[in-house]
Amino acid sequence: MIVEIGHYALVLTFALTLIQSVVPVYGAIKEDERLMAIASPVSMAMFLLVLLSFIALTYAYLASDFSVQNVWENSHSAKPLIYKITGVWGNHEGSLLLWVLILVFFGALVGFFGANLPAPLRAATLGVQGWVTAGFVLFMLATSNPFNRIPNAPMEGNDLNPLLQDIGLAIHPPLLYIGYVGFSITFSFAVAALILGRIDAAWARWVRPWTLLAWCFLTLGISMGSYWAYYELGWGGWWFWDPVENASFMPWLAGTAMLHSAIVMEKRDALKVWTVLLAIFTFSLSLLGTFLVRSGVLTSVHAFAVDPARGVFILVLLCLFIGGSLSLYAWRAPLLKQGGLFAPMSREGALVFNNLFLTAATVAVLVGTLYPLALDAVTGEKISVGPPFFNLTFGPLMIPLLMAVPYGPILAWKRGDLLAATQRLYAAFGLAILFTLVTFWMWGMDRVLAPLGVGLAVWVMAGSIAEIVTRVKVAEIGFGRGFARLKGLPGSAWGTATAHFGIGVTVLGIVTSTAFQDEKVLTMAPGDTVDVSGYALTFDGLAPSRGANYVEDVGHFTVRKGGVVIAELEPSKRLYTARQFPTTEAGIHTLVLSQIYVSLGEPRDNGSIDVRAYYKPLITLIWIGTLFMALGAVFSMADRRLRVGAPKPAARRDRTDGAAPAPAE
Amino acid sequence: MTRKQRRLTIIGGAGAVLAAALALIMVALNDQIVFFQSPTDIAQEAVPHGQRIRLGGLVEAGTIERHENATVYFRVTDTENTVTVTYTGILPDLFREGQGVVTEGVIRPDGVFEADTVLAKHDENYIPVEVAEALKDKGHWQGEAQ
Repeated sequence: MIVEIGHYALVLTFALTLIQSVVPVYGAIKEDERLMAIASPVSMAMFLLVLLSFIALTYAYLASDFSVQNVWENSHSAKPLIYKITGVWGNHEGSLLLWVLILVFFGALVGFFGANLPAPLRAATLGVQGWVTAGFVLFMLATSNPFNRIPNAPMEGNDLNPLLQDIGLAIHPPLLYIGYVGFSITFSFAVAALILGRIDAAWARWVRPWTLLAWCFLTLGISMGSYWAYYELGWGGWWFWDPVENASFMPWLAGTAMLHSAIVMEKRDALKVWTVLLAIFTFSLSLLGTFLVRSGVLTSVHAFAVDPARGVFILVLLCLFIGGSLSLYAWRAPLLKQGGLFAPMSREGALVFNNLFLTAATVAVLVGTLYPLALDAVTGEKISVGPPFFNLTFGPLMIPLLMAVPYGPILAWKRGDLLAATQRLYAAFGLAILFTLVTFWMWGMDRVLAPLGVGLAVWVMAGSIAEIVTRVKVAEIGFGRGFARLKGLPGSAWGTATAHFGIGVTVLGIVTSTAFQDEKVLTMAPGDTVDVSGYALTFDGLAPSRGANYVEDVGHFTVRKGGVVIAELEPSKRLYTARQFPTTEAGIHTLVLSQIYVSLGEPRDNGSIDVRAYYKPLITLIWIGTLFMALGAVFSMADRRLRVGAPKPAARRDRTDGAAPAPAE
Repeated sequence: MTRKQRRLTIIGGAGAVLAAALALIMVALNDQIVFFQSPTDIAQEAVPHGQRIRLGGLVEAGTIERHENATVYFRVTDTENTVTVTYTGILPDLFREGQGVVTEGVIRPDGVFEADTVLAKHDENYIPVEVAEALKDKGHWQGEAQ
C-alpha cells in the first residue's frame, strides 16, 4: 500500500510539473501577478510529493518487500541496515528518484527563499525548472519506475552489487547529485533571463550563491568518488580518466569557469552573454553526464542496467534541453546589452584568462570522452582514449592557468599593473623557487618535472596567502591592526584565498604521490618481508573470516620502521555469497599525510599470495585540497553581500544600496 | 589602447589559446589513442612491435600459469587464434578462465603480449563490449546482446 502511495505521488508530481511548466512562464511574460503567484506553492508541493515517493521506496527497502521489482533486484534480507538505506539509490531507478528529489528540492528552495527576487524572474525560473522536472519524472514513469510490482513475490532478493556496499555509497551519489542537479537552478535562471530578455549585474548576484552551493557539493562528490575508487577498487589509483569520472568532471570545470565569469558580471556588468552561455553549458554537461552514465553506452560500475529504450529517452531529453536552450540563446542573447570595458591586463582580463583555459580544458575532456563513442558509431572501430591523451591535453592547459592563479585576485579591476602585482608576489615566488630547489636536492636530477610541479603547487598556495596578507597590509600597519582588518575582510575574499589554496594543496598531493611513490609487486610467503620506501612490510599469514553477507580471506601484515612496529594492515579478498561476487579490500595505513597501501591478489596453494604494496607520499593532500576548495565556497556563500536567498530585511537593504562602497573584491 | 585594440588583444589571445588547445587535442588523438584488436586481427595484420594496443578475448581454459613475483601467463582467444599474454601485478577480482578480458600493452619481439593493464568485467552480467562484438564477428557469440 505504501509503495502504491509513493507511485501515486510521483504521478501527481508529473501533473503538477505540467501546470508549473506553462502557467508561471505565461504569467511572467504577460506580467500577470496571479499566474506568477502559483509558482512558489507548486514548487513546494512538488518537493513534498517526491519526498513522499522517496520515503515510500526507502520503506520498501527497509521492509525487504521483494514484491517490488526494484527491491528484489537490488536488496537482500541479510544486508546490513545501512546498505538497505543506501541501496535505495544504488540502482538505476532509485538513483533517478534521488536525482528528481534534488531537482524539486532546489526548486522548492527558490520558491521558499526567493521572496526578494523580482516576481517575473522567480516565476519564469521555477517554470523552467518545471520543464526539467517534467522531462525526468516522465522518464521515470515511462521507462524506469521504481515502484513496479512483480507477481508471486520471491522469498529472497538478489543483493546489491558488492562494490556498492560501502559507506562511500552512502555519501558519494547524494553529494554528486546535489552538485550536478544544483546547476539546474543556474540553468533555469539563465533561460528565464533569456525569456524575459533582461539581465543585469543583480542577476549575477542572485545566481552566484546557487552556483557556489552546487559547485561546493560537486567538488566534494567528485573527491569522495575518487577516494572511494582508491580504496574500494584496490588498484591504488585515485583517478582513471574513465568516461564516468569525466562525466562529473566536465560540469565541474564548466561550473568553475561560470563561478569566475559571474564575478565579472556582478562587479563590472561585463561578460553577461558569456555567463549565460556558460550556465547553459554547465547544466548541459550535467545532463550529458547523466546520459553517458545512465544510458548504458558506457560499461562501468555506474551503468546499473542496460535498456535501449532508456538511452533513447534520455538522448531525446538531452537534445530537447540543450538544443532548445541554445536556440533560445541564439535568438534572445543579442538583446542583452554588453557593458564594462576593461584592459587585457586587469582583474577582468585575469578572469577571462581563467575562463579561456577552463573552457579549453573542458573541450579537451569532452573530445577525449566522446571521440571513442563517435568513432565506434561512425566507423565501428574500437579505440580507447586513456590517461596518455588527457595528460597530453589537459595537463599543458592547466600549467598556465595555475601559474596565473595568484595574479588574479591581486590585479585591480579595469586596468591592472602587472609589475605592482608581481612585487606583491615576490615572497610567494621565492618560496616556490626554494621548494623546487629543495626537491631537486633531495631527489636528484633524474626527475626534472616533479620539483617544478612542487614549485608550482607552492606558488599557488603561497600566492593565495600573499593575497590575504597584502589586503590587510600587515607590512604597513603591523600585526595588531592587521589582525583586526583580517576579520573585516569580506567572505568572498576569504573564499577566493581558501579555494585557491586548496587547488595548490591538491596539486602538491598529485605531484608528490605520482612522482615519488614506491610500488612493489611480488609474491609473498608467510614470514616474507619487503621494503617499501624504508618501511619493512612483513606478511604474517592469511586467515579466513566471515561478515554479515560475505566470507573473506584476511591477510595480516605488520609494518615496521627501524624494527619498531608502527602499524598492522589487514587487506582482504572477499566473496559476497548472494552473488558469488569477489572484491578486494585494500589495507591502508595513514602516516600523517602519506599512506601505505596494500592490496592482495589470488592466494596460491602453498600459502603464499600476490601482493601489491605502495608507499604514496602526501597522497591525502589530494582530497584535503578539495576540502579547502569546498570550504572556500562556504566562505563565499557566507558573504553578506551575496546572501540574497536569505529572507532577512537587513540583507535586502544591504543589496539595494549595493552601489555603496563595497570593499575591494 | 583604444576600444578596438583592447578587443582585438583579447580576441587574439583567446584565439591563440584555443588554437593551441585544438593542436594538442589533434596531436594526442593521433598518437595517444589505443586501438582494440582481437587475436585474429593480430594474426592477420601484424601489429608492429612496441605499438600500444588493447587486446581482448576470452581467457582460454587451462592456460593460466602463475610464476614467481606476481607474474602470470595466460592465453587470450577469440576461438580462432590465440595470443599469449604476460602480466605482472594483481589480476582483477573477476578474472577467470573462460571469461572475457581486455588487456592493454605491447607485443614483444617474441610474440608474447606484455600487458600493463588487465580489465575484467565489473559484474557477472558484463562482458566487455569489444570482446562481445569480436566474438560475434567470429560467429561464436552465445548469450544475450548487451
